Amino acid sequence: MTPEIVPNFGSENTDRKLAIICSKGNLDMAYPGLILANAALGEGVETLIFFTFWGFDMITKSRMNDLQFSPAGNTAMHLPGSDMHIPQAMMPAPGMTAVATRMLKKSIADLDVPEVPDFLDQIVAAGGHLWACRMSADMNKLTMNELRDDVEGIISASDFIEMTDGAQLLFI
Amino acid sequence: MPVIEVAGKQVNVNEEGFLTKYDEWNEEIAKVLAKQIDIELTDAHWKIIKFLREDFKTEGETATSRRVQTVGGVPVKDQFALFPKKPAKKMAYIAGLPKPKGCV
Repeated sequence: MTPEIVPNFGSENTDRKLAIICSKGNLDMAYPGLILANAALGEGVETLIFFTFWGFDMITKSRMNDLQFSPAGNTAMHLPGSDMHIPQAMMPAPGMTAVATRMLKKSIADLDVPEVPDFLDQIVAAGGHLWACRMSADMNKLTMNELRDDVEGIISASDFIEMTDGAQLLFI
Repeated sequence: MPVIEVAGKQVNVNEEGFLTKYDEWNEEIAKVLAKQIDIELTDAHWKIIKFLREDFKTEGETATSRRVQTVGGVPVKDQFALFPKKPAKKMAYIAGLPKPKGCV
């Protein structure tokens, strides 16, 4: 008689909760929050994302397909697959942002990771909740009409803090 | 690595209970594994399990939730309904495959 070994997939009713605040709209800074949100949902963790400041672009219909990545000011940036850096002085050259954005999009697609709007579709399908920041909406003069349809509402920072009572929190 | 008996057959598993040898799996084993984690297998479950088995044969690794949607044709939302809370790991477990390695 051998003992049974059954994986522990945790209790069905875990109360673990994760709040992620996405405040950046650069392509490279959009992904960490999405990847962590998606991973948390896949582990059965209730996940809420609050989009604020430049992170608002991730849920704004007219901008969400056009997030960009600039190597300017990013001293960690090196050529893909190599340790070589391009001198910072060359980074502001015309077309550099477009080239870098294209390269980054390709490396992400090569890993089978979706583009930002598709990724948010998947996060919502997995049960994630998207919330928009009131102050960012007012600053950008945007209403629910200009945001993804699955954004649940435009709320104040204090509303978000209240609804994430007891949650673990990530600010990106 | 432990060897345990599932559905009358000796199988190799890792310390968590995931099967470690692709060829030791069969449908009877899948039914027992599913039951152990409180899942009653329907046709919709089998569609995913069979996709995972086939895909592993060609890819050499377990499909992620994303791949089950884009290549296997089962939306992420349905995966969560069929294998609640932790679909990727539960699907792999029942299909007798390792946990998926990919992040997405």
